[in-house]
Amino acid sequence: MKKNKLATRFFQYFFLSTIVVLVFIPIVILIFGALKTRGELLSHPYTLPIPPRWENITLILGQPQYLFWQMMRNSLLVMILVTLGVIVICSLAAFTFARMDFRGKNWVFNLFTLGLMFPINVAILPVYFVLRQLNLIDNLFGVIIVQTAFQLSGNIMILRGFFTAIPAELQDAAYIDGCTAFDFFWRVLLPLAKPALAAVAALTMIMSWNDLLVPLVVLNSDKFWTLPLGTMQFQGQYGQDLSLVSAFVALSALPTVIFYLFAERQIVSGLTAGAVKG
Amino acid sequence: MFPPISNLFKLTRGTGTPRRFQDTLVIFLFLLPAIILFLLFVIYPILQSIYYSLFDWKGFGPAVDFVGLDNFMNILKDKVFMIALRNGLLIIGLSLFAQLPLSLALAILVGRDLPGRVIFRTIFFLPYVLSEVIAALMWLFILNPDPERGFVNAVIELLGGESQAWLGNTDLVMLAIFAALTWKYFGYHMLLFMTGLQNIPTEIEEAGRIDGANAIQNFLYITLPLLGSTIRTSVYLSVLGSIQQFILVWIMTKGGPVNASETMATYMYRFGFVRFQLGYGSAVAIYMFILCLIFSLIYQRLTRQPDYLTGL
Repeated sequence: MKKNKLATRFFQYFFLSTIVVLVFIPIVILIFGALKTRGELLSHPYTLPIPPRWENITLILGQPQYLFWQMMRNSLLVMILVTLGVIVICSLAAFTFARMDFRGKNWVFNLFTLGLMFPINVAILPVYFVLRQLNLIDNLFGVIIVQTAFQLSGNIMILRGFFTAIPAELQDAAYIDGCTAFDFFWRVLLPLAKPALAAVAALTMIMSWNDLLVPLVVLNSDKFWTLPLGTMQFQGQYGQDLSLVSAFVALSALPTVIFYLFAERQIVSGLTAGAVKG
Repeated sequence: MFPPISNLFKLTRGTGTPRRFQDTLVIFLFLLPAIILFLLFVIYPILQSIYYSLFDWKGFGPAVDFVGLDNFMNILKDKVFMIALRNGLLIIGLSLFAQLPLSLALAILVGRDLPGRVIFRTIFFLPYVLSEVIAALMWLFILNPDPERGFVNAVIELLGGESQAWLGNTDLVMLAIFAALTWKYFGYHMLLFMTGLQNIPTEIEEAGRIDGANAIQNFLYITLPLLGSTIRTSVYLSVLGSIQQFILVWIMTKGGPVNASETMATYMYRFGFVRFQLGYGSAVAIYMFILCLIFSLIYQRLTRQPDYLTGL
């Protein structure tokens, strides 16, 4: 019996480790490329980058012509404003759906569920017309408002789920103590829902930071480019110099990886709350 | 869930007590920003694109060249759109019959009590967190046709095979793109399955084992049915994701070679933003909306309540 279990464990680890290697291959190749000079990459493409060459990295970080810091700033600005917007707007709406009663509530709620069926990739052309009418083309605000609008449906659903799970007795107690609906929302519900808000924030940050399509369609001038858009353009412009491009891609991936390692719990709980019935 | 309590502060029209007036005000003000944004940037664009899809419109000045349903007809006659549709179905099929089983198998392998399971989860989920731009570029690098530059071909030559132009061969390109898609998304589905498995009480499987079910029977008759809602969610997200695939394809192949990897989203982007045939592009968008809508309705019909909506 015990021997059998050992064999199972061995098989488990063997198979899972194979998948780990497959997951890491593209990442490792990228890092190898980023830490070699152009010549080294051509002559020994798959050897360990020893000694590591930091030239490409310092070049990208040091030369303003590569626009790295400017793109980083744009991405940060968009991400922060979208996340704030999503948190505020979605928790307000989710509160009314979870905790208030009014005529037409189901109707309004169903309207928002429609949003889940129409992802931004499908709606981008129609959305572009509206942005053009509003004069928001080539404007970071256009990116911010569209990203926010398309995050509403999913996050309202997630927060509504969390808000509904908070015991009704708390609400009764608050009302009996003379709280208004707003007091209850502000003083009782939000503090209790902090983990849920953190999860929604982490998800929104990742989505906004990684989004390429909206910036691609909305932004023309390179002074507004966000990191994903800039990374794509960089590959187009310097594609011949594979080690330089690798360095840029690796640098643009780094913030996400660091953020992921710190916020994994929030990201995971947000995603599973959104998708799995508890 | 708690009807008697909600009755306490139920609102009806025409009640003028301060309490109820305040509640109405809260509801109105709390919903207002979400509704405005949603109507202006999600609903209104859809309605407007229905209007534009009836015109031959290049995007300058008002749309005046009314063509009725010509755009819709021409799309159906276009071979490239049919390729895009076929590729969409191909991605859906491969996702459902290759990617989801793989993710489920991995979730089961990691199981509930394998030492180091969190580390595996962290690693497998990493590609999902990276942006599609970065994933696409990484795969562009390792799929390079020259084995001196593309790692995949280097491995194949090492094993005695022949290098392939993965993204330049009309027969292989969709397979290569699907490999990249699987790399990026399997971890997400695995995460869903892991959570689903976590929610199944071990006692039930224990009981099955005591009653004499072997591992396979246990899986088929106990675990799988209890994972039903997770599997449905996974299928829903896979299909909707497959219909709208854009960035990965656009960066890796731009829909080429000779339109072999076109998807509906790249097709729409090409007509809308490259050729500026906005009426035609709008009609493509409408087709995609209809597909998403039909799929969602069928899904909701088949599963009494969409699991992704119920939250916790």
